[in-house]
Amino acid sequence: MSTDSAPENNVVLETRNLDIFYGDFLAVTGVNIKIPRHKITAIIGPSGCGKTTLLRAFNRMNELVPGTYIRGEVVFDGQNLYEKTVDPVEVRFRIGMVFQKANPFPKSIYENVAWGARIHGYKGDMDELVESSLRQAALWDEVKDILKQSGLSLSGGQQQRLCIARAIAVQPEVILMDEPASALDPIATLRIEELMQELKKDYTIVIVTHNMQQAARVSDRTAMMMLVNGGVRSGTVIEYDDTNVIFTRPKDRRTEDYVTGRFG
Amino acid sequence: MKAQGKENKEKAIENNIEGKESKATSLYSPFSNLSTRKRSGRIWQLVFLSATSVGILALMALLFNILDSTFGYVAYEAKVAPTSLSVDGVVLEDQTKTQLVALLQNTLSRGAFNKLNNEKSFESRSRAEVSALVIERIVKYQVVDSWPLWESLTRSAEIKATVAAEYPLAELKFVSWLTAGTISHPQSSEVVTAGIRTAILGSLWTILITILFAFPLGVGAAIYLEEYAVGNWLSRLIQTNINNLAGVPSIIYGILGLAIFVRALEKLTSGAVFGLVDPTTANGRTVLSAGLTLGLLVLPIIIINAQEAIRAVPQSLRKAGYGLGATKWQVIWSHVLPNALPGILTGTILAVSRAIGETAPLVVIGASTAISFDPSSPFSKFTTLPIQIYQWTARPQDEWRHLAAAAIVVLLALLLSLNASAILLRNRFARKN
Repeated sequence: MSTDSAPENNVVLETRNLDIFYGDFLAVTGVNIKIPRHKITAIIGPSGCGKTTLLRAFNRMNELVPGTYIRGEVVFDGQNLYEKTVDPVEVRFRIGMVFQKANPFPKSIYENVAWGARIHGYKGDMDELVESSLRQAALWDEVKDILKQSGLSLSGGQQQRLCIARAIAVQPEVILMDEPASALDPIATLRIEELMQELKKDYTIVIVTHNMQQAARVSDRTAMMMLVNGGVRSGTVIEYDDTNVIFTRPKDRRTEDYVTGRFG
Repeated sequence: MKAQGKENKEKAIENNIEGKESKATSLYSPFSNLSTRKRSGRIWQLVFLSATSVGILALMALLFNILDSTFGYVAYEAKVAPTSLSVDGVVLEDQTKTQLVALLQNTLSRGAFNKLNNEKSFESRSRAEVSALVIERIVKYQVVDSWPLWESLTRSAEIKATVAAEYPLAELKFVSWLTAGTISHPQSSEVVTAGIRTAILGSLWTILITILFAFPLGVGAAIYLEEYAVGNWLSRLIQTNINNLAGVPSIIYGILGLAIFVRALEKLTSGAVFGLVDPTTANGRTVLSAGLTLGLLVLPIIIINAQEAIRAVPQSLRKAGYGLGATKWQVIWSHVLPNALPGILTGTILAVSRAIGETAPLVVIGASTAISFDPSSPFSKFTTLPIQIYQWTARPQDEWRHLAAAAIVVLLALLLSLNASAILLRNRFARKN
C-alpha cells in the first residue's frame, strides 16, 4: 500500500502493521511506514483520519488516554517501542513532542527550558544548555534579557518556539510536532517553518499538518492518511512518498483529489 | 412521469408563494411582547435583590446583637467598700505594696494567704499585681445589674435613677466587656475576673493538630484519587462515600472520636505511651483527641476541594511534562501540585474555618467546660472558644451573656485573622506561578 525508497540504514522509526485502538474502536489500521533520519516527514489528511493518533503512537503518548492500545510494532533504532521491557518514560525522553497549542509551563522562561534537562539529571552547565536550546529555537535574541519572566508572558509564536526549545533541551533524536503552527499567524508560522529547516540538521522531525502548502514547503516525505471503508471506518496511510511526488504526481487518485483541493 | 413532475413543480411554486404570504403577515409579532419580557426580567431581578438583602440584614442583625451585648452600663457593688480600707487617711489606690500585702495578710485566712505566696511569692509580685489581688480577694466587686448597649445609650437617665433607687451602694460604669483582661485572664467563677485565655489557647492547639492531621492526609488522598486510582467501581464507591461523609452531622463525628480516640486509643491520646503520667489527663479527653476528631470531620471537605483543584490543572500541562519524558511523580510534583496549591489552600481554609466553630463533637468527646489552666501539650485537658461561649450563654445571669458576647467577638476576630493569613499565603503561591 505504501511505498518507501529510503535506504534501510537511515530509517529512525518504522511501523509494522500498526493498528491503534481506543477501547473497541479501531482508529488507525495497517500502517507500514519508515521515517528517514534527519528529514522532515509530514502526515496529512482530512480531519478525524487519525493523524495525531498515529503521531502519538511514535512516543507512546496515546497511553495517557485510558483504554488505548496498539497491535503491531513501532521500531525505533531497531527496538520495538511496545516491548514489555521498554519504559514509556524512556521513549518520550528520546522522542520529544511539540503540541498543537503552545503549552509552556507557568514558570520562568529559563525554568521552562531547564526543567526537562533537570529531571533527567543533566550534569552539564545549565545556563549554557538553556542558551543553546533557545538559540536553536531562534528565540534567544528575543528573550535573553527576560529569562526570569513567565513563559506565559510571551506571544503565541514565541510560546511555541519556547516549547520547541524545551523539547530540544532534553536532546531527543526525534521531534514529533502536532500541527505546531495551526494557531499562529502567517509570520509566526513562517518562523516556525524556517526553524524546522534548521532543526532537521540535528533532529528527525515528524509533523502533522492540515496545511497543504506547509507540508509541500517544509517536508521531505509525506504520508497521506484517509479513512477507509471496511466495517467501521478506520484511518490508514494510503500513500507515502517523497513530498514532490505526493504533490505533483501522486499514484493514488484520492491523494490527488485531496492535495488539489477536490476532496469531499 | 413527466406530468407528475410538472405538477410537483407547480405545487412547489404555490407553496413558495404561500410561504411568502405567511411571512408577510408573520407568525412572530416583532417587539410587541418586548415590554412583557423585560418586565418579567425586572421582577426576577427584584426577587434576587431581596434575597441578597435578607442575607445582609441577617448579618447586620447578628453583628448588632453581639455588639449590643459587648458594651453597656454595669452596676457594681463591692463586698467591702474600698473607702473602708483606708489606712491613716491614705485611700486604697495610694497605698504602698507593703501596706497592701499587710492588708491581705490580715484579711485573708492564713491558708489562703500562704497559697497565694506559694503560687508566686509576694516579694516578686509587682504593686499592680498585689493591688489586683486586693480587689479580687477583699473588695470583691460584684455585678448587681447590667444593661446592653442600646438601652445604655437610649435610656441612660432611667438606668441611673434605677441604680440610685435599688442599689444605693452600687457604682454605675459604662464598660466594654471585651478588654485586655477578658482575653488574658483564665476562666474563673467570678464574672469580673473571668477571661478566655484558656479557651483561646485550647482552640489554637486543637486547630493546629487538626491542620497537621487533615491537610497532608486530605491532599494525599486527593492526589491518589485524581492521579493514580483507576476509574473502576471501587474508586467510584470511595468517591461517593467521601462526598456523603462531607455532609454527615458533626455530632456523629464526635461519637466516632469518642469511640476511637478517647476510648480505643486512650493510651495514645492521653500520652501514656510516651511515658506521660498525669492523673488529670489520663482519660484521653485531650487536645489531641479533639484535634484528631475535628481532623476527621474536615477531611472529606479537604479531599473534595483538593480534588477539584487538581482536576482544574489543565491537561495540556501534564502532557507537556510527559512529552519531555517525565515520570508521573515528576509531573505531579512539579506541575500539578504547584498549580493546584492555591485551590487546595482555599479548600483547606474553608474546612479549618468550619473546624474552629465546631462545638458539638467536642462536647461529645468530653471537652472540659471549666478549667482555669492553659493547655500546654497535645495531652492537656482543654476547652475551646465555642464551648466556653456555649457554656456562658447557658447561665441564667445576664452578665455572663455579656462576657459570652465579648468571647464571640474574639472568636470572629480569630476566624477572620486565620482566614486572612491563609488567603495571603494562597495569593503568594498564586503569584509565584
